[in-house]
Amino acid sequence: MSTRRVPVIERIMGANDTQAADNRRIFDEHGVHVVNIMAAPGAGKTSLILETVRRLQGELRIGAIEGDVASTVDTDKVRAGGAPAVQINTGGGCHLDAKQVAQSLNEFPLDEVDLVFIENVGNLICPVGFALGEHTRVAISSVPEGDDKPYKYPKIYANVDALVINKIDLLPYLPFDLEAFQKLVRSLNPDIELFPVSCVTGEGMDAWTSWLQNLARAE
Amino acid sequence: MHELAVTESIIEIVSRHAAEAGARKVSAINLVIGDLSSIVDDSVQFYFDYLSEGTPSQGARLVFSRVRVLLECGACGHQWEPRSADWRCPACGASRAKAIRGREFYVDSIEVEDR
Ligand SMILES: Nc1nc2c(ncn2[C@@H]2O[C@H](COP(=O)(O)OP(=O)(O)OP(=O)(O)O)[C@@H](O)[C@H]2O)c(=O)[nH]1
Ligand SMILES: [Mg+2]
Ligand SMILES: [Zn+2]
Repeated sequence: MSTRRVPVIERIMGANDTQAADNRRIFDEHGVHVVNIMAAPGAGKTSLILETVRRLQGELRIGAIEGDVASTVDTDKVRAGGAPAVQINTGGGCHLDAKQVAQSLNEFPLDEVDLVFIENVGNLICPVGFALGEHTRVAISSVPEGDDKPYKYPKIYANVDALVINKIDLLPYLPFDLEAFQKLVRSLNPDIELFPVSCVTGEGMDAWTSWLQNLARAE
Repeated sequence: MHELAVTESIIEIVSRHAAEAGARKVSAINLVIGDLSSIVDDSVQFYFDYLSEGTPSQGARLVFSRVRVLLECGACGHQWEPRSADWRCPACGASRAKAIRGREFYVDSIEVEDR
């Protein structure tokens, strides 16, 4: 018996990336701009989507694909907010993958929207490794999580187009250094857009919504 | 754990290439993984032991080659391996680092047994 070495050189994420490229083509055919939202559980992903839908009512048609391990709670909230939404339950999976998104598109009215949010599973590590076909990647950090997260999860900050810093209404009550935090994030990602906001008071939301409108218009 | 999905993908790739090479048994799988890929070797090994059962990969040794992150400053061109999440340039202080190495994530080669 002999052993021989067979060269492979094949990217491990290749299958997901191929599916993501197919998804992207479908989004482009429908002229829809897609934003993949990634954050820790409870950072405010659903709150940001709801508040954005509310503020852009009549200006931008928004839909959502909601990823969760279980339940349709977030989808129900978004529908109640007046936007079409579809749920993906990953059944334990810690992230969405391109195939799951492709399947969800069968029941999604792509012709009725200009912009789609994909709310990824609450997790700071796994989602960023799986392209879904999105045009734009957004992370959310919230003030109660603390200002040291970029040290622990550098990859997500280095791989998104924008970071929403949510719950700034809580800044007076917590030891969160907003200046230092933004500096640290910029050192990991010089081109990142930063949006400090509060979904409760509405502070900072105008900058965020106009940025989104520009993205959707460019589509 | 996304290592589950990752391990499934590795086994699928290896099965395909083993079949193309006309081999029924794989003795080693050489993986190249950049440090920015946030993959935990032990988790991959854990899932691999289960998922490889009944495939050509069963019993194969997983060999992880880690690639350290290399940054390049967009302002002055300095290159360095960061030791923390602070990616400011140690030469000029600019915050314009780009990772030019460290995102690798692929099956490099396999070792197959012929009889
Ligand atoms: N004080 C404050 N609370 C907020 C803000 N935004 C969201 N919250 C609260 O934070 C909690 C979590 O918000 P969600 O929008 O459900 O967070 P999520 O990221 O969608 O959570 P999962 O989908 O479970 O991962 C809720 O109780 C919100 O009311 C904010 O700007 N300020
Ligand atoms: Mg939610
Ligand atoms: Zn420099």
